[in-house]
Amino acid sequence: MLFTIGDRAEAKKLTGAGIIIKALQAEGVDTVFGIPGGSVLPLYHELAVSNIRHILTRHEQGAAHAAEGYARASGKPGVCIATSGPGATNLVTGITNAYMDSIPLVALTGQVSVEMIGHDSFQEADITGITLPVTKANYLVKNVHDLAATIHEAFYIATTGRPGPVLIDIPKDLTTQRAVFRYPPKLHLPGYRSKVSPHALQVTQAAAAIAAAARPLLFIGGGVITSGAHEEVRQLAEGQDIPVVMSMMGKGGFPETSPLFVGMVGMHGTAAANYAMCETDLIIGVGVRFDDRVTGKIEAFAPQAKIIHIDIDAAEIGKVVTAHIPIVSDARQGLAALLEKLSGKGEHPAWRQQIRRWQEENPLHYERCGLKPQYVLEELYNLTKGQALIATDVGQHQMWAVHYYPLERPRAFFSSCGLGTMGFGVPAAMGAAIARPEETVVVITGDGSFQMNIQELATISHYQLPVKIILMNNGYLGMVRQWQEFFFDRRYAYSEMLGNPDFVKVAEAYRIPGRLVMTSEEVVPALTEALATPGPFLLDVKIDREENVFPMVPPGGTLNKMVTGGRGA
Amino acid sequence: MKRTLSVLVENRPGVLTRVAGLFSRRGYNIDSLAVGRTENPSISRMTIVVDGDEQIIEQVGKQLNKLIDVIKISDITDDPYVGRELILIKVNAEPAVRGEIMQIVDIFRARIVDIARNSLIIEATGDADKIDAIENSLRPFGIREVVRTGKIAMLRGAKTRGMEASGNDTGE
Repeated sequence: MLFTIGDRAEAKKLTGAGIIIKALQAEGVDTVFGIPGGSVLPLYHELAVSNIRHILTRHEQGAAHAAEGYARASGKPGVCIATSGPGATNLVTGITNAYMDSIPLVALTGQVSVEMIGHDSFQEADITGITLPVTKANYLVKNVHDLAATIHEAFYIATTGRPGPVLIDIPKDLTTQRAVFRYPPKLHLPGYRSKVSPHALQVTQAAAAIAAAARPLLFIGGGVITSGAHEEVRQLAEGQDIPVVMSMMGKGGFPETSPLFVGMVGMHGTAAANYAMCETDLIIGVGVRFDDRVTGKIEAFAPQAKIIHIDIDAAEIGKVVTAHIPIVSDARQGLAALLEKLSGKGEHPAWRQQIRRWQEENPLHYERCGLKPQYVLEELYNLTKGQALIATDVGQHQMWAVHYYPLERPRAFFSSCGLGTMGFGVPAAMGAAIARPEETVVVITGDGSFQMNIQELATISHYQLPVKIILMNNGYLGMVRQWQEFFFDRRYAYSEMLGNPDFVKVAEAYRIPGRLVMTSEEVVPALTEALATPGPFLLDVKIDREENVFPMVPPGGTLNKMVTGGRGA
Repeated sequence: MKRTLSVLVENRPGVLTRVAGLFSRRGYNIDSLAVGRTENPSISRMTIVVDGDEQIIEQVGKQLNKLIDVIKISDITDDPYVGRELILIKVNAEPAVRGEIMQIVDIFRARIVDIARNSLIIEATGDADKIDAIENSLRPFGIREVVRTGKIAMLRGAKTRGMEASGNDTGE
């Protein structure tokens, strides 16, 4: 067949939808999570015949959380797709969650056609306006020729520096217009600086401070996981004999079985970790943001401590606490530079002994009667040899999971830390199971959280994802009930989950096997069955209804004033 | 403590919203914000006067820096600079008091730009002190309406706070 020159140029053109697919492929995307709808139909038309795997969730929030779970488990950016209007607004919680926990996420949303924008058209929402405060960057693309470059820029921004969510809003008519696919080799972002290497002078000062400290404390957060700095953390801790505390985001950044590990710090931190924070003379904060759940009352936080703060985001340094030695750097590179400067081994026997004493005097404990969530987690740890990937929802069970399932490796714990999103656990576990199909993935959830994204059971069932759901069922919004007990005169205002369904039957309805666990004797056989059954499994564990999380620092309190629940902490 | 920030941003839709939104979301107090394009049409300059202690000003700078569209931030408060604000004042002006008003306008080297039967519009430029002074001087006559632009500022001498000091391409 003969072409004229014009025809040939036309033949090289792709539709906007085709361009999006090619750009995603160029970014190495192999899996996306989403739900089709009117504005993204042309995109789905192409997606269906591409080699990109699409996971159909049952709610856009599930798609966003699943993409986050995927990102946390794989280290690659997660991608989710939603249609315009309600599809896009349903992503907002997931996007905010990724923003608070610094997770690389690219959200593609459909938008009404360019000429319809601004007319309150059917299924129109100003999603770039809505997500402005909760995205690292966002775009409304108005020209098909800008599509490829925008996607390239979005992935670059989402994954570099301090990672975060980026949203691209794409009007429907752009996806059917044609253009030549051109991927820009170079990005022009004059205002974007993703500084990663530390300042030599500050590293020298930090090394001197470490050498001079009598009671140093390494405080690790999510930045350690993101930058893959766990080996450097271990070397620093072991080489200089420095005890380690973590934020929840830092879980897995240092082996919790190490004698140097003290525990999570903060509102539900261990007593030893909180006492250590109060007594230390040098905090080495790595990839942490000194969240209020960690610091308690700021004026009383770590009163004797000099603070070294390593963070890739300059704005985090000095935001909450004053850093005496600020190091703006990628956590791994900052620690590597620090390790180079530190010659010789450190020794802090008296400090270590003091911490050990606190640990011995205030061990984590619970009453060994009835059916306790802590016991379930201990047995889960024994049966999985500590090697499961753990996703949690938000509430009491989340804190028990942190304390009673110690981890030795990074990217094995997925929890909504900054935003505290109930409904995060199940979809995040789906994403993790897709990213790492060879691993055992367990969701620890509660009856309140579980029902906030329960529809994703369909997704789990359809794709036969090996997600084991452990539902710590106390018939309450457990943490709410605990706060009401402690701070609101035991008036349990609307925290009792009256009308809960039979969760095993719910699972069965989704063709997921399940089992009810009523006594502690049933725990081990039930867990064994769940872990041995291929594919998904649900355990509805009727835990003691009024079990509390200890220790607890009352909100706005100081770290060394904990509610311990009787003996020790 | 008031600080004057000179901020170069990409001239794209939504940038002003981003900057203004950042201030409101984080609870910083903007005293004034003026924006217009620079000699390079793809770049705009914002002059932001912000009120706060040292820690707040530092955070403002750092948070602004995180915005992808923000190219460069300079705190010029302590540098010699020319700062100007434009004000339009609509003031009551019965014929009997017009002479007095015109004297005040002369003293401040301001201008009358519109005249009606019972009112005048006066235009004045200057630093915030001068603008406040003229506003106060005219108040006894009865001010009907005031519109102020907010401060714009430029460093004195040959020094500029333009693109030459920054601007890095992000190559891969």
